[in-house]
Amino acid sequence: MITAADCTAGAVSAEERFRYLLRLADTSLVLGQRLSGWVGHAPTLEEDLALGNITLDLIGQARLLLAYAGQVEGRGRDEDQLAFLRDAPEFFNVTLAEQPNGDFGQTIVRQALLDAWQVELYHSLIGSTDEQLANIAAKAMKECRYHWRFSCGWLVRLGDGTEESHARVQAALDGLWRFTGELLTPDALDAHMASHGIAPPLAVIRSRWEARVTAALEEATLRQPPPAYFPWLGKRGVHSEHLGQLLTEMQHLQRLHPGATW
Amino acid sequence: MYTQALDSPGVGHAALASADEAERERRFQERIDRDEKIEPKDWMPEAYRQTLIRQIAQHAHSEIVGMLPEGNWITRAPSLRRKAVLIAKVQDEGGHGLYLYSAAETLGVSRGELIGQLLAGRAKYSSIFNYPTLTWADIGAIGWLVDGAAIMNQIPLCRCSYGPYARAMVRICKEESFHQRQGYEIMLTLARSGTRAQREMAQDALNRWWWPSLMMFGPSDAESMHTAQSMRWRIKRFSNDELRQKFIDVTVPQARFLGLSIPDPDLRWDEAGQRYASGPIDWSEFQAVLKGEGPCNRERLGARRAAHESGRWVREAAAAYADKHGDRAGAGRPGYAQAS
Repeated sequence: MITAADCTAGAVSAEERFRYLLRLADTSLVLGQRLSGWVGHAPTLEEDLALGNITLDLIGQARLLLAYAGQVEGRGRDEDQLAFLRDAPEFFNVTLAEQPNGDFGQTIVRQALLDAWQVELYHSLIGSTDEQLANIAAKAMKECRYHWRFSCGWLVRLGDGTEESHARVQAALDGLWRFTGELLTPDALDAHMASHGIAPPLAVIRSRWEARVTAALEEATLRQPPPAYFPWLGKRGVHSEHLGQLLTEMQHLQRLHPGATW
Repeated sequence: MYTQALDSPGVGHAALASADEAERERRFQERIDRDEKIEPKDWMPEAYRQTLIRQIAQHAHSEIVGMLPEGNWITRAPSLRRKAVLIAKVQDEGGHGLYLYSAAETLGVSRGELIGQLLAGRAKYSSIFNYPTLTWADIGAIGWLVDGAAIMNQIPLCRCSYGPYARAMVRICKEESFHQRQGYEIMLTLARSGTRAQREMAQDALNRWWWPSLMMFGPSDAESMHTAQSMRWRIKRFSNDELRQKFIDVTVPQARFLGLSIPDPDLRWDEAGQRYASGPIDWSEFQAVLKGEGPCNRERLGARRAAHESGRWVREAAAAYADKHGDRAGAGRPGYAQAS
């Protein structure tokens, strides 16, 4: 875990840049892995295709970011070695991304809260001093804008639909809200990246995210839950119990056949 | 006495109508024989319409149910590239389902109605999707064999007499041919450059998928109920057995290239016929699977019903929202209300 004391005062070390890239990469990968569970099971054929599209975008983002992270790390690990051969404490996705799909309402709430965050984050990362990251962000931002349009549209429809849909989506929001603090509260690594212009200050992302989400919840006639006490820190490798299960499933073939190519 | 009935007005009309009908059918058949496309608003015999609805709906249902066995491996795909390709492929199947339901709708039946028949167990879909996907190699075998067999069946449908179906098939065939290649590429990786365990996995998949793939072409010509009329209407252009033979002839050399053996002890090259002669198909298995007694019939239909039932509140919410807000933000896109 990188703490304030570990962050180099001057330049950004390869290790720090690698860790930060994994926060972005793993969030897209884990969220994509979760969403992929919907393919073939969505409420309508149109939604099935839409969720499949979003999943493909997220996996695509993860591949670009992991490949770049592997390059920065300089130990010869490629996207698959990073995706399939790391254990949960070495994953740095935000904890919200790994939460289970639940019903369609829970999936939509998780998606909307993360889409709003990714749109703003990638939008700012386009101006990163890290040129390669800036290029990836430019592509990802466009995709995430569509994701937000989809998830926000459904959040509003479900929130302001029937009594049942309202109750379901409010319950999902109440259950997932506690994971949002992590998205918006900077730790030492976030601050260090911001001070070098590699990433935006999270305070900026917080205010834009809050504006987006508050407006969406209002239109959806949903009640915003109070801030939670417990600070989840998936981005520092401390996860909920769900990530280990997710990785067990995702990684099993690579683990079972070491060194095989597929 | 015998002629009395002819004087009654009703019968006179019927006689006229049927003479009229016969003339229309004659002209319809002439158009078919000239290879003209029949379009939704054109006159067509009721039996032609019903045959097409049955066939297109079965095809659409097969695409949708077919998402399930392959979807079973999305979360476990062994590399990120394979995962992305598999998701895209399964998504293509969903897209095919959409075009095909739309093609069926041009014949006056709604998607909701057709899906209702599927969920009620009254509609058929391809027997192949009632077999389980047990290892990653099954994803390769499905692409190679199942999509390969589907292409054999479907390429002639691009020239089918019904315009909307023929046009949907042009696009579907392009995508299926990509699917077939990705499946074969998985098999190549496993069988030619894989470890021993991977080669065994590939052979095991071929052993399990070979015979069910041959059954995909349907009963032999002698047993097939619909073939002759469908050929006359140019819905179908080749018989089940002709297509099956073509598939065998193309696939056997592909298996050889992989270094895998086809699980048919009677398979041999017939020099005189310039084709492969193969062993008998176990049609009792085919009939059992069609009747719902295949290994995964219950699971497949169960999964479709579960998705439909657990999505009901979502579709209702979308419809309620569209009512409240006058269809704002496209909430009432087609497909929500009708499929409830």
